[in-house]
Amino acid sequence: MWRFLMTVIRRDLLLAARRKGDWLTSQFFFVMVVSMFPLGIGADPEQLRRVAGGVLWVAALLASLLSLQRLYADDHRDGSLEQMLLSPQPALILALGKAIAHWLIFGLPLLVIAPLLGLQFALPPDAIGTLVISLAIGTPVLSLLGGVGAALTLGLRGGGTLLTLLILPLYVPALIFGAGAVDGVLAGMGAEAQLSLLGAFMGLCLLLAPWVTGAALRVSVD
Amino acid sequence: MDLQAGQLLLVQGGNGRGKTSFLRLLSGLSQPAAGEVRWNGESIDRNREAYHQAMVYLAHANGVKDDLTPVENVQIYAGLRGQKLVPAEIEPVLVRMGLAACLDLPARVLSFGQRRRVALAGLLVSGALLWILDEPLTGLDVRGVAEVETLLREHVQAGGMVVMTTHQPLRLQGVDTVPLQIGPVMQVDDPVSVSAHEEA
Repeated sequence: MWRFLMTVIRRDLLLAARRKGDWLTSQFFFVMVVSMFPLGIGADPEQLRRVAGGVLWVAALLASLLSLQRLYADDHRDGSLEQMLLSPQPALILALGKAIAHWLIFGLPLLVIAPLLGLQFALPPDAIGTLVISLAIGTPVLSLLGGVGAALTLGLRGGGTLLTLLILPLYVPALIFGAGAVDGVLAGMGAEAQLSLLGAFMGLCLLLAPWVTGAALRVSVD
Repeated sequence: MDLQAGQLLLVQGGNGRGKTSFLRLLSGLSQPAAGEVRWNGESIDRNREAYHQAMVYLAHANGVKDDLTPVENVQIYAGLRGQKLVPAEIEPVLVRMGLAACLDLPARVLSFGQRRRVALAGLLVSGALLWILDEPLTGLDVRGVAEVETLLREHVQAGGMVVMTTHQPLRLQGVDTVPLQIGPVMQVDDPVSVSAHEEA
């Protein structure tokens, strides 16, 4: 089971390393969207600080959608998804491995860029720290829930649009608690409550999402 | 119907008769509306893990990743089945499949037939008892077909099982072949293919 999980993760990382353009797109999208806001709403530091948490979080949600469309679609097209489902291990391990690999490729670089973008929004250091922590807890949620959507829309025409409509509402709790944590620090109230709730939501997704994704994958290839 | 160790089930039938659907049912990818597929007398739903450990399925799509080399493809294929192989163990199999010249090229630049050979190499390293092959000869040249015939013969004579479909004539002397006809028998006017079918 362990070897299967590691193989799935290693495989996706290897594939991502071979086609860097594919996954860098969503990172660039994230940076671009976030950078548009100071240009659009003006350079007043007070105003930027107020919207920073929300803007960065919304941009992260949208960027994740860009990368999720291909999470299972390529493997479905060339037949390797079927081969992975025929492995002796349960499909939920496959879904978990794909989600972990997606997070390493998509979520981890986001954590590295986010502090720089936080500076652009004149965030104080403690708020930047909270932002990174909230993204660290929250981006796995995006990968896990996104996997559910990607598996459900597999093989559909216009699956990308449907994926967006299906998944964005599910992201709402992560958005509220994630952006709320940053606002909490700015308002001097602390972020423990929001981060705990975000952590609980992540735990729930970790338990349920791979299971649902595995079931959806089996239905999609049937 | 039953298939014993050391037998080859040759599924025949015209296009669109449901050969592939039948193989997908056997592999466990699709669920039958009625009836049951059993492995060692037990439903494959109940002992899926043991069944999939003992089975490999070669579908129409090869499941070969374009961005990886043949060696990496086979290594990952084996890893998904829980085997740990080093390239030195994989290369001889790929060489046997006639891929000596393209071991470290990305599969993207290989021809269709060569990618089929990479997928077949995956079967060979898997050590599985039951091979389910959907048109394994598609895209292979004459030597490739002869190689697959040898592989099938070796596998079945070593006590393995094969379920396969093909539209090409196969030379399988000495192999315990069970024919299964799906749909009506095709009337063929061409005497060459008729004799080939009888031979199979």
